[in-house]
Amino acid sequence: MNLSQYPVLAPRAGGQAWRPSPASERLAGGVPQAPLPAGQRPAQPLPDPSDWTFELIERYHAAIAATAGRFGLDTYPNQLEVISAEQMMDAYSSGGMPVGYRHWSYGKDFLATERSYRRGHMGLAYEIVINSNPCISYLMEENTTAMQALVIAHAAYGHNSFFKNNYLFGMWTDAGSIIDYLVYARDFVAQCEERHGVETVEQWLDSCHALSNLGVDRYRRPSRKNLARERAEREQREAYAQQQVNELWRTLPTRPGKDSALPGNERFPREPEENLLYFVEKNAPLMEPWQREIVRIVRKIAQYFYPQRQTQVMNEGWATFWHYTLLNTMYDEGWLTDGVMIEWLSSHTNVIYQPPAGHRAYSGINPYALGFAMYRDIRRICQEPTDEDRHWFPDLAGTPWLPALHHAMQNFKDESFVGQYLSPQLMRDMRLFSIHDDASQRELLVSAIHNEEGYRTLRQTLSQQYDLGAREPNIQVWNVNLRGDRGLTLRHIRHQGRPLTSDVQEVLKHAARLWGFGVQLESVNADGETPTLVYAVPAPPA
Amino acid sequence: MALHIIDRRLSGKNKSVGNRERFVRRYKQQIAEAVQRAVGKREIRHIEQAETVTIPRKDIREPLFRHGQGGVSDTVHPGNSEHVRGDRIARPQGGAGSGSGSQASNSGEGEDDFTFTLSKEEFMELFFEDLALPRLLRTHIASTQQYRLRRAGYSHDGTPQNLALLRTMGGALGRRIALTRAPQRELKQLQAQLDALLEQDDGTSEPLIELRQRIEALQARIARVAFLDPIDLRFRSRTRVPDPSNQAVMFCLMDVSGSMDQARKDLAKRFFILLYLFLTRHYEKIDIVFIRHHTQAAEVSEDEFFHSQETGGTMVSSALVLLDQTMRARYPAGDWNIYVAQASDGDNFTDDNAQCASLLAERILPQVRYYAYVQVVQEEQGLWHAYRQLARQHAHFALRKASTAGEIYPVFRDLFKKEGVAV
Repeated sequence: MNLSQYPVLAPRAGGQAWRPSPASERLAGGVPQAPLPAGQRPAQPLPDPSDWTFELIERYHAAIAATAGRFGLDTYPNQLEVISAEQMMDAYSSGGMPVGYRHWSYGKDFLATERSYRRGHMGLAYEIVINSNPCISYLMEENTTAMQALVIAHAAYGHNSFFKNNYLFGMWTDAGSIIDYLVYARDFVAQCEERHGVETVEQWLDSCHALSNLGVDRYRRPSRKNLARERAEREQREAYAQQQVNELWRTLPTRPGKDSALPGNERFPREPEENLLYFVEKNAPLMEPWQREIVRIVRKIAQYFYPQRQTQVMNEGWATFWHYTLLNTMYDEGWLTDGVMIEWLSSHTNVIYQPPAGHRAYSGINPYALGFAMYRDIRRICQEPTDEDRHWFPDLAGTPWLPALHHAMQNFKDESFVGQYLSPQLMRDMRLFSIHDDASQRELLVSAIHNEEGYRTLRQTLSQQYDLGAREPNIQVWNVNLRGDRGLTLRHIRHQGRPLTSDVQEVLKHAARLWGFGVQLESVNADGETPTLVYAVPAPPA
Repeated sequence: MALHIIDRRLSGKNKSVGNRERFVRRYKQQIAEAVQRAVGKREIRHIEQAETVTIPRKDIREPLFRHGQGGVSDTVHPGNSEHVRGDRIARPQGGAGSGSGSQASNSGEGEDDFTFTLSKEEFMELFFEDLALPRLLRTHIASTQQYRLRRAGYSHDGTPQNLALLRTMGGALGRRIALTRAPQRELKQLQAQLDALLEQDDGTSEPLIELRQRIEALQARIARVAFLDPIDLRFRSRTRVPDPSNQAVMFCLMDVSGSMDQARKDLAKRFFILLYLFLTRHYEKIDIVFIRHHTQAAEVSEDEFFHSQETGGTMVSSALVLLDQTMRARYPAGDWNIYVAQASDGDNFTDDNAQCASLLAERILPQVRYYAYVQVVQEEQGLWHAYRQLARQHAHFALRKASTAGEIYPVFRDLFKKEGVAV
């Protein structure tokens, strides 16, 4: 056994536990213009018994890592964890996170997953990967050797490099500290449960969860902290926040010239606030310090998942593209047997299958299919551009494909990625068409199809479809009645006249619990005129 | 590239148990109702099994702000085979094509209820929740041979696995300090003298050599103090304390006469199965005596009680006589908490009813903690009337009727509910 593969066991010469391999040293120069040349062709392909062993996983991993290095994939260190199906279900129901605070809704997810798995309605996904440093990928013990290879290529190199290099993840999440933060969150919630009772905390979490989609900073990015700092700052923050809140709500008369008072007719906050949880955490008058901290925890975790929600097509497409490319390259170079190829290709085709609209299995566009096709298409445009491609992508056509692909991965989110790279060729291949659904009309209208006059409309519509801002209702904190009953007014700006579901009242009740006083929601058109009151919820009983 | 492979299969299984528990607790009401419904429908032998529970999905929804149906939306779909721009299509009724896929089904109606499976343990837990044997008392200690081990400080001897390491080492340290304190002090003084002499002397004078010898002797003395001495050893000690037991016995009396047809027997058996499961799960040490009777009563094994087909006429008092004899012979009321559960269709020889009542009132009821009678038909006959008289006079005599399988469980709960708990 080669000890150098176990950094922990290896003698720590000079304190350097992680010894970078030659592959990662080469990376320092950035993405190569073309794949680096292959090493020596192996005498025979890697063995492919259906049962994997740890030794085999190591050998496959080494081969995949070397290949990935030649394509310039830059990743966090990898940590592969072998888990059982049951543990996979555990991981599923906690959003894929290895630790998390306790809440009944995760129990619900677990029960639902367990049931559909037991009844064979659904196979478990064969991988879960966590955006952390080192990057944790789960390998299920039921997988065959071929499937483990597929998962390693897909998760440990595809997703991993995406997490490390996409700008959204870089700005909004901190892979190095997320596990620490989750541990901190779990411990804190457990402490609160001990001190204030499980049910009290549960109710509070329910309310926070109801607003978690609105607990995200869309423009300002969060700062980075480690566990120790997070703990130390909490107490300071609690004391300080309480002080701030008191200041806002103070009832002492103002001394002329010394204190500044808000003019009676000015709104508070002056600018609408998009991050509802943040606003509540900082300004709710009656919240206990522990309640503020829980609001903050839910907010932080929602923020952590925010980039994932915005890059589904890109992320899955990237991982799928790379497992496809890496494993095919390895096959061409004699590393893989035919059996392994057939097996992973069968899973691969299942994953990227896109049923046509109207098909029994159709439920929207498959992000794996779209993402995979788009990356393949970018490569095609670079390598074999047609006249049409030269016209549509003058900057892209004929350039080296590897840097172009990395650029596309690093600097976009789903919305802009589709807007930038969806080509007429792909629209024709997927036979895309768009439907205009106006509730006031009796019939649906086909507004564009895959032809010359439809390309731009299609591309724009699809791009819009991935815009979180349009997909989720736009609701902001509009005003607080500082002088009167302290009621909070939220404003919903209707996107294309789309109303909210009947859940609104329930959500507002949760908002009222957090705020501590009455909450009302008004709705305006996109032009911001004529607000109409949708719902009002009175203050929760004390 | 650096790689860790970690085998997690053996660690942290059932990480979701806490979450699952919270879910079950939150929806206890609905789940308990489902459990009740389920048990009425079950075959006797399947009573102790996992159960699938269904909760309406709207009850467990987590509300979020979402876009509803209506307004204007533009969506892109793949797989166009027949449309050109400007085509008008009839609006599909729900499902694919109408909204943007999964969103449409989230807000649409016709969702399934939320269904999941309670494990056998969880099921039984809910099933027998808040039940207890009424009026259970701690009977006296003398008759029991049960002891419990309790921590009782430290002792000087014991077995090596009970060695209290911290205590031992602490004691050893103290002893070492105590025994070397005086020599250490002396050693220090001598050392100081030696240093002083060395400054003037060349190191060969008489007092110097003597001093050196004394220092060596002292050092040897200090070194002789053992690091760990047998007298330092301390062991965790445990002592046996008698465990006052609440030993209890349950007599199950079942009528198997000819008038008890298959359906009635089934009801009675259901009742006893519940009782049996409840007792065996909740009380570690409990005796259960099965008595079966037609015109003659016999004490039988558990297996015979539930499965035998024997039948005949009816003479309830026969069972009561046997009960009384057994009770007096084997379970003196001073040492035992005695419970009786009786099930019958109430069909008895008319002459026998009075004898039953007097047997109960005079000999049995004064001895027992609780007597529960379940009649598996609605019709009230002589035995019921006689028993009802008794129930008025004796608070610990309860009688109920249950004529369908669905009623058995509520009646059972009613009979054995904990005090102060609503059924």
